[in-house]
Amino acid sequence: MALTHRSTNLLKPLSAAVPFTSSLRRLFSTDDATAITVETSVPFTGHKCDPPPRTIDTTPKELMTFFRDMATMRRMEIAADSLYKAKLIRGFCHLYDGQEAVAVGMEAAITKKDCIITAYRDHCIFLGRGGTLVEAFTELMGRRDGCSRGKGGSMHFYKKESGFYGGHGIVGAQVPLGIGLAFAQKYSKEEHVAFALYGDGAANQGQLFEALNMAALWDLPAILVCENNHYGMGTAEWRAAKSPAYYKRGDYVPGLKVDGMDAFAVKQACKFAKEHALKNGPIILEMDTYRYHGHSMSDPGSTYRTRDEISGVRQERDPLERIRKLILSHDIATEKELKDIEKEIRKEVDEAIAQAKESPMPDPSELFTNVYVKGFGVQSFGADRKEVRAILP
Amino acid sequence: MLGIVRRRIARGGVNASIVEQSLQKIRNQSLIYASRSYSSASKEMTVRDALNSALDEEMSADPKVFVMGEEVGEYQGAYKITKGLLDKYGPERVVDTPITEAGFAGIGVGAAYHGLRPVVEFMTFNFSMQAIDHIINSAAKSNYMSAGQISVPIVFRGPNGAAAGVGAQHSQCYAAWFGACPGLKVLAPYSSEDARGLLKAAIRDPDPVVFLENELLYGESFPVSAEVLDSSFCLPIGKAKIEREGKDVTITAFSKMVGYALKAAEILAKEGISAEVINLRSIRPLDRSTINASVRKTNRLVTVEEGFPQHGVGAEICASVVEESFEYLDAPVERIAGADVPMPYAANLERMAVPQIEDIVRAAKRACYRSVPLAATA
Repeated sequence: MALTHRSTNLLKPLSAAVPFTSSLRRLFSTDDATAITVETSVPFTGHKCDPPPRTIDTTPKELMTFFRDMATMRRMEIAADSLYKAKLIRGFCHLYDGQEAVAVGMEAAITKKDCIITAYRDHCIFLGRGGTLVEAFTELMGRRDGCSRGKGGSMHFYKKESGFYGGHGIVGAQVPLGIGLAFAQKYSKEEHVAFALYGDGAANQGQLFEALNMAALWDLPAILVCENNHYGMGTAEWRAAKSPAYYKRGDYVPGLKVDGMDAFAVKQACKFAKEHALKNGPIILEMDTYRYHGHSMSDPGSTYRTRDEISGVRQERDPLERIRKLILSHDIATEKELKDIEKEIRKEVDEAIAQAKESPMPDPSELFTNVYVKGFGVQSFGADRKEVRAILP
Repeated sequence: MLGIVRRRIARGGVNASIVEQSLQKIRNQSLIYASRSYSSASKEMTVRDALNSALDEEMSADPKVFVMGEEVGEYQGAYKITKGLLDKYGPERVVDTPITEAGFAGIGVGAAYHGLRPVVEFMTFNFSMQAIDHIINSAAKSNYMSAGQISVPIVFRGPNGAAAGVGAQHSQCYAAWFGACPGLKVLAPYSSEDARGLLKAAIRDPDPVVFLENELLYGESFPVSAEVLDSSFCLPIGKAKIEREGKDVTITAFSKMVGYALKAAEILAKEGISAEVINLRSIRPLDRSTINASVRKTNRLVTVEEGFPQHGVGAEICASVVEESFEYLDAPVERIAGADVPMPYAANLERMAVPQIEDIVRAAKRACYRSVPLAATA
C-alpha cells in the first residue's frame, strides 16, 4: 500500500510535463506484480460439481486491463447505437452493453488457441479475441476493410486465427457447431477447449440437447455458456422455460451458476470449466447477466421490462462500476485517472469510426467472391443473368 | 472381345468375311462402350464397393477425414457402404451417432470449421431435413459471410430419392432443393466409376458437398477400368458425361434415371431415333455448356428426373437451354419427372409415381415428331 501512495505522489509533478499514458505505465511498472485478493459478489452454485472458491487473486495490471477493455466495449456499443440511428449501420444490430464482464472475464481465463463461438450479439467477443475497433466499425458499416470485408455485417464477425468462429444468426445453431469445434480439438489431440455461448432464449433449442448428449457421450472438451440476460427478445425467461435454472438443464452434465456482471467470477468459472472440460468432458456455465439495450436496435427494450429494473441493475450491478470501485478502493488509480482513460477511449472510438467512414464500399466484383473456396471457373449470375455474369474463381 | 477376334485371325483359322462382319458388330458395340469411356477391362464393381473403396482410400490418405452418422460403425453401415471401416480406422474416425441429425450435422460442420474433413452420412436424405439449417446456413454460407476466413470442407452423403415401397416420407429427391443453394456443391453419381471418382473429389474438395446416392443402385455392378481403380482417381466436379452419343434428341438424367435413359435410348434407336444421353453427375455446378452444346447439335431436349416436377432440376435445365440456345430448339423441351404427389405405397401407384422407361421413350418421340397429336385433355 505504501508503494502505491508513493507512486501517486510521484505522479503529481510529472503529469504536467509528461503525456498521461506514459505516466500510467510508470505507475504500473512498480505495481503489476502485487497480488490483490478479491471476492466474487456471490458464491458459485454448482450442479453435480463442487464449485470453485469465491476468492481470486488478481493484480493491479489485470484490474486496469479489465477496466480499459470493458470501457472500450461499452463505448463501442454506445457508438454503434448512434451510428445505427444515423443509418450508417443497417439491418440488425444487437448490442452487448451490460454484458461486458462475460467477454472480458472469459478472455482472462483462456488462450487464443481455445475456441469461442457465439450467436449474433458478437461485437464485444470479437474485440476480446483481438479484433480491432476499426475492423468492427468498418464491418458494421458494410465497408471493404471490415473484418468480413463488408459481406457479413453485425451478426457475422469472425477471427479464425484467434479462435473466434463467429457470429451466427440462427438461434441455437452455434451450440452444435461449438461442440463440433471441441470434437476437432479432441480429435487432433489438442489440449484446448471450445466455449459455445448462447442466450436464455436459445437454451430451449432441441439441437443444443442433441449436441450436448454427444459431447457427454464422447467426453468432448466443450463448455456451454448460457449468457442469461433473462429475456429472449421480448419473452422473459419464466415465460419461455419451465425450468429457468439453465445451469441445471444439462441434467447429467455438471453446471455452475455465475454472477455474469462480475468479471472475476466469470474468470474463475471459466478457468474452472476449462480444467473440468479437459479432464471430464462438457460443463455448463450459466452467466447471470443483463443487457441495457433491447434485444436489437429495433427493440426499445422497455415494453417487457420496467425502466426501474434497467436502472436498478445499472446502479447495483454494472460490471464496469464494480471494477472502478475495486480500483479505487485498492488505490490503484484515482477517479480522475479513470475518467481520463475513459476520455481516451472515447477518442479512440471516435477515431476508429472516422477511419471506418473513410473505407470504401466493397467493389461490385465482391458480390461473386468467396461463394466457394474452389469455384472451378463456374458461372454465376446477377439479378439479370443476361446483364451480370461472373466466373467464380 | 476385340482381343479374342484378333488372336483368332493371327492363328489364321478364321474366314475373312466372317471376321469382317464380326469386327463391324464389335465396332458398333464398342462405339457405345467407347462413348461410355470404359476401357475393355473385365473387372466389375458394385456402386456399394465403389463408395466403400473411395471412403477407405481417402481416409487412408488423409488422417483428417472421418466418417460420422447413424450405424456407420458397428452396424457396418445401414446400407453397408461403410463396411469394414470401423475395424480398419477405429471408433475415433468412424463415429456412430445417436439419432440426432440436427446435432451431429452441426457437430460435423463445427469440426470442419476447425480444419477436419468430415463425411457425414444421412441414413437417407429425407432425414437431412432435420439438419438442413446446418447444411445451408452453417455450411454453405460460411465462406461467403466470413469473406473466406471460415471454409467448410464437409461432405454430406447418403441415399436420395425413391427406393421401393418405402412410402411418402422416405422417398423424396432433394437434388432440386440443395441444387438451388449457392455455396453448396451437389453431386449425383450413377455408375461405379461416378461413385468412386465423385466421392473422392467431394472429400478432397474444400467446399461443402451434398453427395446424393441412390439405394437401388448400390447393388448394381458396372465395369471399371484400371484407371478408375487407382487410388488417385478423381472425377472433375461440374462436368457432365455423355454416356451415349446421338444426334436426334438430347436426354439429360442423373442417378438412377441415367440407366433408364440409356435403356430408353436403346428402344429409340430401334425406331430410328438416335438419342444422346447426358449423365449430369453434377447438379451444382450444373454443366450448362455440355447440355447446351448437345442441344445445339440435336435441337431437341428431354429432361429426366425422379423428383417432384415443380421447381425441379429439369425446370432449371429447360430455362438454361431456352436462355442460351433458343434458336436451336426445334421443339418445346419435354420434362419427365416424378408425379406431383407424395409417394404412394401400393405397387401399382408407386410405379405411376416414378418415371418409367416408356415415359422417357414417349417424351423423346414427342420431341421428335411435333405432328403427333397431343392426347386430349379433360
